[in-house]
Amino acid sequence: MTTAAVAGAPVARAIPRTPSRLASILTVLFGLVVIWYVAALPMNAGQLTRQYARIDPDRTFTFNEKLFATWTVRRPMLPTPDMILGDFWKTSTGAPITSKRNLMFHVGVTALATTTGFLAGALLGIALAIGIVHLRTLDASLMPWLIASQTVPILAIAPMLLAVLGALSVSSLVAKAAISMYLCFFPVTVSMVKGLRSPDRLSLDLMRTYSATQAQLFVKLRWPASIPFLFASLKVAIALGLVGAMVAELSTGGQAGLGGRLLNASYNGDMLHMWTALVTSSILAIVLVAAVSRIERLVLTGMGSRPPDQNA
Amino acid sequence: MPRGLAGRAWDMLGLLLVLSSLIWPAVIDPETGTGLRLFASTAATFAALILLVSLLTRNLASPVAPAAAILGVIAGAAAPLILLRLTGPGSAAFGLWVYVAGLTILIWRAMGVLSTLIDRDIVRRILVASVFGVAFVWYWQVITIGFAVPSILLPPPSMIWDRMVADVHLLWGDFRLTFFEAVLTGFTIGSLSGFLFAVVVERYPFLARGLIPLGSAFSAIPIIAVAPIMIIWFGFGSSSKAAVITLMTFFPMLVNALAGLRSADRMELDLMRSYGAGYPTRFFKLMLPAALPFVFNALKINSTLAMIGAIVAEFFGTPLAGMGFRISASIGRLQLDMVWATIAVAALSGSLFYGCITLLERRLTFWHPSLRT
Amino acid sequence: MPEPVQAISRPAATAAPATPVIEAADLSLTFQTADSPVYALSNINLTINQGDFVSLIGPSGCGKTTLLRVIADLEQPTGGNMTVLGEPPDVARQRRAYGYVFQAPALYAWRTVERNVMLPLEIMGMSRAERAERAQRYLAMVNLAGFERKYPWQLSGGMQQRVSIARALSFEPGLLLMDEPFGALDEITRDHLNEQLLRLWGRTGKTIVFVTHSIPEAVFLSSRIVVMSPRPGRIQAEIDCSALPPDRDLDVRETSDFIEIAHEVRQALRDGHSYDED
Repeated sequence: MTTAAVAGAPVARAIPRTPSRLASILTVLFGLVVIWYVAALPMNAGQLTRQYARIDPDRTFTFNEKLFATWTVRRPMLPTPDMILGDFWKTSTGAPITSKRNLMFHVGVTALATTTGFLAGALLGIALAIGIVHLRTLDASLMPWLIASQTVPILAIAPMLLAVLGALSVSSLVAKAAISMYLCFFPVTVSMVKGLRSPDRLSLDLMRTYSATQAQLFVKLRWPASIPFLFASLKVAIALGLVGAMVAELSTGGQAGLGGRLLNASYNGDMLHMWTALVTSSILAIVLVAAVSRIERLVLTGMGSRPPDQNA
Repeated sequence: MPRGLAGRAWDMLGLLLVLSSLIWPAVIDPETGTGLRLFASTAATFAALILLVSLLTRNLASPVAPAAAILGVIAGAAAPLILLRLTGPGSAAFGLWVYVAGLTILIWRAMGVLSTLIDRDIVRRILVASVFGVAFVWYWQVITIGFAVPSILLPPPSMIWDRMVADVHLLWGDFRLTFFEAVLTGFTIGSLSGFLFAVVVERYPFLARGLIPLGSAFSAIPIIAVAPIMIIWFGFGSSSKAAVITLMTFFPMLVNALAGLRSADRMELDLMRSYGAGYPTRFFKLMLPAALPFVFNALKINSTLAMIGAIVAEFFGTPLAGMGFRISASIGRLQLDMVWATIAVAALSGSLFYGCITLLERRLTFWHPSLRT
Repeated sequence: MPEPVQAISRPAATAAPATPVIEAADLSLTFQTADSPVYALSNINLTINQGDFVSLIGPSGCGKTTLLRVIADLEQPTGGNMTVLGEPPDVARQRRAYGYVFQAPALYAWRTVERNVMLPLEIMGMSRAERAERAQRYLAMVNLAGFERKYPWQLSGGMQQRVSIARALSFEPGLLLMDEPFGALDEITRDHLNEQLLRLWGRTGKTIVFVTHSIPEAVFLSSRIVVMSPRPGRIQAEIDCSALPPDRDLDVRETSDFIEIAHEVRQALRDGHSYDED
């Protein structure tokens, strides 16, 4: 009885309103940063030893001397968050924004390719979903292949697609956007097919009692009903779009963009720059998803949906 | 029935196009410059069969109609392929494209008829989908050969097939290295550790509340970009690839498993409490089964991610084998048939991998509403 | 036991000679399922006149909802004949001859209360001014003036169902088909809405076909009750309610006339084996 009561305790206390979710997020983040710094100790120790050996091969260093030096070592294996922040600040303010030496220039290049591909992919996804929902033949014939198309490791095709599009002298923006688009359209199609079919029997019957046309049925029922599904998939799609754009940049040999910067840094074995590019791309991903979420909130509020439950 | 009438009108238009294609030469011999019409006999057989079908579609219950439609379409589709093989790439002329346009309408109609004819849903879906797949490859072949598309841009399927047959050992070796050493290892470690981590975190609601939003944020991160870092850390061998895959598959599993473990509702948990059930009972009898659909969702996502991760990781390092290596090396040598052959292997194995997980899912979560039909 | 009576008396609300609105002759509907055919409706003969308030009552599976859906052309009969306002049901539907109220409000979540009421008016191509005027008028009729700008989720279940009634009334059909509209509501709300519906019927003189499985509700509302039985769905009895005054209030339920009619309905249900175990 007692063990059961104790074991059941977390459930009984499930989700108190305080402490807030923000506190949990901050705690977890803090934990991650601590782990990061601790992990940097063994990861950078070897590099540090080599560095010291160059200065004075005979001297041995005490543990304490080595301990904190691993957090400031040059050319680290695992740069610490403060090194990355410093590098981020330096590279994004050190040169004019139009210069290739400025990090923000590359962010712009990648973001442009991502959003172009994302918009094209979203439109393609919506168009396919509309076709699938309205044409029985298309539903039976195309849908299974769409699913199969995503089990193809499409990023494998990226370098070839780029080579092909390059041979056709298509600009690199279009080529990158094409790969983003390929990754973006699928979640949108799947979600929109679900969304356009989401109206229940009653809502459809209601339209039938009004003798509504197919077009009216679409505009007044199917389309508005699918909007929540659309945004759910757009958030997934834009993250995938960024992956597509970056892989495209990685495989073009790194002229511009965050992927290019990552590749150049990896040629030079420059871990710090690689990590800065990686962290920057993560921030870009989160910003892009947050932007879509913001638009979602605005649109759904405009459509009168219930404000999200604070507990959810 | 206006719909049926419209369908019949389409039948007639398709048939008319196919027949009228005989007016123009279908191919022009590049050496002699003389035009060649489609073999009249093929077209006639085909036309007869299609006519038969359009007559028979009035009696939809008859199995003769779909059989005749399939035979007719196969015979009709084979004609331009044979013709192009005889005269060589780039010889296609106006008549051929008229013929292809007519056939397109008829194939579409055949798929429409098939999708209404056969009641058994799964059979119908597989049949219609295969027709679509075969048609896709057929267009690919006819267009690449007919227009003499340079194989640098897009090799015809026949060329890719020839390469696959010729280099089957090489492709198998690449597949074995990439799939068994990197994909399976990374997939297993990543998914398993993500799940175990979720089980631990679920015990601490405070952490779980913070981790769920963070986990979703992390899953937006292009983790694939860590590939070059992993190669510096773990070297060029399989372990760096496995590490990339582990990282890529960890977060989807963590987020999904956590959501799944927490998906049991208040009433179900209260029921368990009313039995005085301890954590192990609660976990195995309620939380784990409730989480399974979520876990399988993550496994399906991870199966594609793992394939992508392995191949992209191989772009960077300089191993001497593996599917990613083969693709980047063959692009360098402009051997596009080899690139496509490798992609075909990757696509096939990716689909099989996904299919296996789906089958397992059907066995284990048959009770879930999404699987009931 | 009283035998089923053909409706002899007219609804008290109208004095004009009866014109049939709905006529069903030998109507039947069989659903083909995988294992065996289901006889949802069998040999239905029914006439509903202008200004009638007819309730269809019976246990689950007796075909009362199916019959309503056949009238609305949401299902097609497999035998017999049905006319709505002298036309086949599909023509009547295309002429928007009836308003339909479902079991659930079926309000569109992304539309305000007002725009939900305007939905049929938009589809029928009415002008903006006309739409606004109608929405206001019919929302006032169901006592929802002032809620125009609210969204469905901000309203209680009873209020939502009133919106759906206003929506059915808004394009002013002469015929109202109601499929257990208050079935999901608590009894107190249901009583209240029943009274309101009765007054609305008295004021507008519409023909109403009302599906229910509640005996008191059927007796309280109807000018005539059609009792149906399952397997196959058929009409067991037709019971006239004109013994009750046309302007009833809830207190009528304690009168002996009311109890008498309710007893008749229950007896008819029993005769149709509606209380048998499956």
